[in-house]
Amino acid sequence: MLDLHNLRKAFGDHVAVADLSFSLKQGEVLGFLGQNGAGKSTTMRMVSGVLEPDAGDALIHGQSIISNRRMAQSQIGYLPEGAPLYRDMTPVTFLRFIADAHGLSRPDRKQAVERVIADARIASVAGKPIAALSKGYRRRVGLAAALIHDPPVLLLDEPTDGLDPVQKRAVRALVARMAPEKAIVISTHTLDEVPAMCSRVIVIDQGRKVADETPENLANSKPGGLEEAFISLAESREAETC
Amino acid sequence: MLDLEWRGTLTGIKAAWRREISAYFATPLAYVFVAIFLLVLGVFTWDLSRFFDTGAADLGPFFYWHPWLFMMFMPALAMRLWAEETSHGTSELLLSLPVNLTGLVIGKLLAAWTVAALALALTFPWWISVNILGSADNAAIALTYAMSLIMAGAYLAIGAAVSALTRSAVLAFVSGVLVAFILTAAGWPLVSGAVADMFGAAAGDAIAQFSFLTHFETAQRGVLELRGLLFFFGFIALCIALNTLFVSHRRGGAQ
Repeated sequence: MLDLHNLRKAFGDHVAVADLSFSLKQGEVLGFLGQNGAGKSTTMRMVSGVLEPDAGDALIHGQSIISNRRMAQSQIGYLPEGAPLYRDMTPVTFLRFIADAHGLSRPDRKQAVERVIADARIASVAGKPIAALSKGYRRRVGLAAALIHDPPVLLLDEPTDGLDPVQKRAVRALVARMAPEKAIVISTHTLDEVPAMCSRVIVIDQGRKVADETPENLANSKPGGLEEAFISLAESREAETC
Repeated sequence: MLDLEWRGTLTGIKAAWRREISAYFATPLAYVFVAIFLLVLGVFTWDLSRFFDTGAADLGPFFYWHPWLFMMFMPALAMRLWAEETSHGTSELLLSLPVNLTGLVIGKLLAAWTVAALALALTFPWWISVNILGSADNAAIALTYAMSLIMAGAYLAIGAAVSALTRSAVLAFVSGVLVAFILTAAGWPLVSGAVADMFGAAAGDAIAQFSFLTHFETAQRGVLELRGLLFFFGFIALCIALNTLFVSHRRGGAQ
């Protein structure tokens, strides 16, 4: 469902993502891990069509993000980092706008908006201005927007950032419910999220893939579990670079 | 394939137009814009042009101010169109949507143009007044109104394109006014005359041909010139192309 081939992006002299490749099948939930600045968000931006890669390609449900960008983008639900939203809109009007942009007909749009409002549990705030919502609710509105066209591939950049424990559990349950039908990439630096949501983990550091494992295997590779394994990978890479 | 392109463009136009209209009217922005525009235009027409002292049943003193006021008001209306998308981070959301970028650019411009059209439509009491005062040439007035609306679109297109170059709405406004001023003042006799004195009559003439003022003055005389229409629509198309280019440049990594 998702195939990345040698994706590369540099900003001036700084190489943010270097020849990154991996594939993801339907039913897989990938924890995309890395330190701040490792290249996670840049990768997500390239796969979602927001940034053009310098080299390489990403195929989303068979559609190239380079040569057939709009078709590829229609197969993706993307929750950007920080969940940017139009603060003057209400969740309902915002979701209608996103549905319009996906070309949904009016009856389909109504159904889709109702479905995602229920899925993201935002019915109680659906008519309030987004500016008045808490960070947690805003993130859930962003999540609802990513789901509006029921895409086969989901890219979620820090989906539980700012959520309280109850909301986090709700998002995990939603991901678990959607997982069999979709390929999901969850970019995070919160390691607790990984065993709870992901069936596979890729760790990147300085734009390069340094591990591709199941969460269990990665956790078992070090006595201190996932956290120690993650730190060890990051430090070994830093030592290599020095 | 072409059909798919068109659908992508239309989807972008519709979605962006609805979003921007909702943004204009969800805040006091559109109401304040329309109110101040009507007030300033009214004061200029009534007081500076001494509308009722002319003794003629025409809207010349009213239309005279349009280019000069549009030069300030239209960049104000367009300044936030793209600058706020950048400063609020929502441009990332827009660029991830499966729509044609040109469609988004046109949709946003059309939304601002709709607000400008509303402001212009609300000047109708002036039109009624000249009909009460005497026998007005309504065809000529209608033509000038139409040209004024088209010219407003050209000023808005400048503001929108400039707005895509910065994350600051204030900077977009100041830059938009500057560009609009140059394109207005180039047709002012004082400027074109000075250019003619320095570089010859042909240079003065040439520079005046690039001015909004020159092409609008022709319409004010009740003459519909194809050249004027081509100038304004060509200029709008150029600004849309530049605007699309500036926004698509962000895909390369520019912020």
